[in-house]
Amino acid sequence: MSDVTFHQAIKTDQLDEDEALQVIIEGKEVAIINLGGEFYAMDDICSHAYASMADGYLEGECLECPLHGAQFNVKTGKAETPPATVDLATYEVKIEGDDILVGLPNS
Amino acid sequence: MNEDQTFAIVGAGQAGGWAAKTLRDEGFGGRVLLIGDENYPPHERPPLSKEILLGDAEKETCFLWPPTVLNETNIEMRTGIHVTEIKPEAHTLMLTGGEHVVWDKLMIATGGRATTLPADGADLDGVFTLRTINDSEAIRENLNEHTTVLIVGAGWIGLEVASAARKRGAKAIVIERADRVCERALAPDMSQWLHDLHVRNGVEIRYGVSIDCFEGDEKLERAVMTDGNIIDCDIAVIGIGLTPNIELAQAAGLEVNDGIVVNEQGQTSHPDIYAAGDNANHPNALLGRRIRLESWENAQNQAICAAKAMLGQEITYAEIPWFWSDQYGANIQLMGLPETWDETVVRGNRDKAEFVEFYLKNGQIEGAAAINNPRDLRFTRRMMMSNKKFIASELADQGVKLQKLLKG
Repeated sequence: MSDVTFHQAIKTDQLDEDEALQVIIEGKEVAIINLGGEFYAMDDICSHAYASMADGYLEGECLECPLHGAQFNVKTGKAETPPATVDLATYEVKIEGDDILVGLPNS
Repeated sequence: MNEDQTFAIVGAGQAGGWAAKTLRDEGFGGRVLLIGDENYPPHERPPLSKEILLGDAEKETCFLWPPTVLNETNIEMRTGIHVTEIKPEAHTLMLTGGEHVVWDKLMIATGGRATTLPADGADLDGVFTLRTINDSEAIRENLNEHTTVLIVGAGWIGLEVASAARKRGAKAIVIERADRVCERALAPDMSQWLHDLHVRNGVEIRYGVSIDCFEGDEKLERAVMTDGNIIDCDIAVIGIGLTPNIELAQAAGLEVNDGIVVNEQGQTSHPDIYAAGDNANHPNALLGRRIRLESWENAQNQAICAAKAMLGQEITYAEIPWFWSDQYGANIQLMGLPETWDETVVRGNRDKAEFVEFYLKNGQIEGAAAINNPRDLRFTRRMMMSNKKFIASELADQGVKLQKLLKG
């Protein structure tokens, strides 16, 4: 058995370049990010306080939390700036046709 | 680097905590001594008047780092201890109990304390101020459907206490000396919006009055207003501002003027002593004036900059001030400190409580206030930094993204 299961999330044309969108997969909030035409997926809830990262703006490779400004690298999930000190999980993304699939670990 | 040096930080709040952590993050290998007078690890205060007071969270959520992260930093923490004296020339400080500490560089991040009311009876049991974890927990115990809370001062703390009181079923009465809420921070129409929010949630607000005295036999029972009216109440919370803790610096001979005077690096009038946070008065190039800010973000970022400067880095601090509050589930945010403006632009829907209001002067954004729209508000900072001129009708058009206006 594989360690991750891929779930259909959104279509590629639903997310403009340098934008992010929240999707709920298996009850989990995931942010899908279009960084210069490449798609990434990361936990959507900021590790500092309750906010949807997908509501934030991209700053280089980082998504900035709209509430308090913590930045997370969308490729690695690393908490790059305060006030966040805990990284966010990232997920594998696959493109099939115009479908964006997100790989969540099997629990 | 600097393995044989000691950098001491007085104050373990948002500023002191981030300063200590930054020294380590930047590779300082010497001794980092963090001294705080509260019995808690470094912590932030915004939740104390919000989630903690509501009972939605416990004090641990305020701690800046989980214990495991804190242990790794090898910061020597002394909590529940006061610094009684700083001697700049000798490079020493004294702790309660008489212990001497020799330091090479020092940061004073002592923040401030809640301003008290010089009224008779203000020392009665049941009269509170709100600044610390202990204050918040004590007030929370008294917020329930059987209590009446008198809130003195319709500033941010007072209004957040009123919001928490109502959510917990208590009766809330707010008195304010001025004629509107948050007079120093908000434009009149935003004060009105916030006033209406509180009235809709069952708060009684009385303007143009203050406290003559508090009365009660063993504990608070009633307050007498300056207009002669009497308000029966179980507790009172005084929210009339912050007094910066500058006494240590003053006694040490450092320059003080509405806070400890620092340069753009956080350096005081003594080259080896720095200050940051609520107690520091710094020159802000973006605002074109000196200012002392009482805000969470300023405490964090000014302290980070000052810690780097202590390590010899060429770095300066100036930010457009940003502030937020949460009341009855509404998120309120402010950007900038606009003093004058000639045009107000609303983007979004005031009635649906989701909008941002821009304050323009000759087409430049001087500041903004937002209700339930942190996204646009946060982007406003970039628009303000650009010094670009904007057209009111375009800002008001939600069909046009703000990024496009900035780029275009």
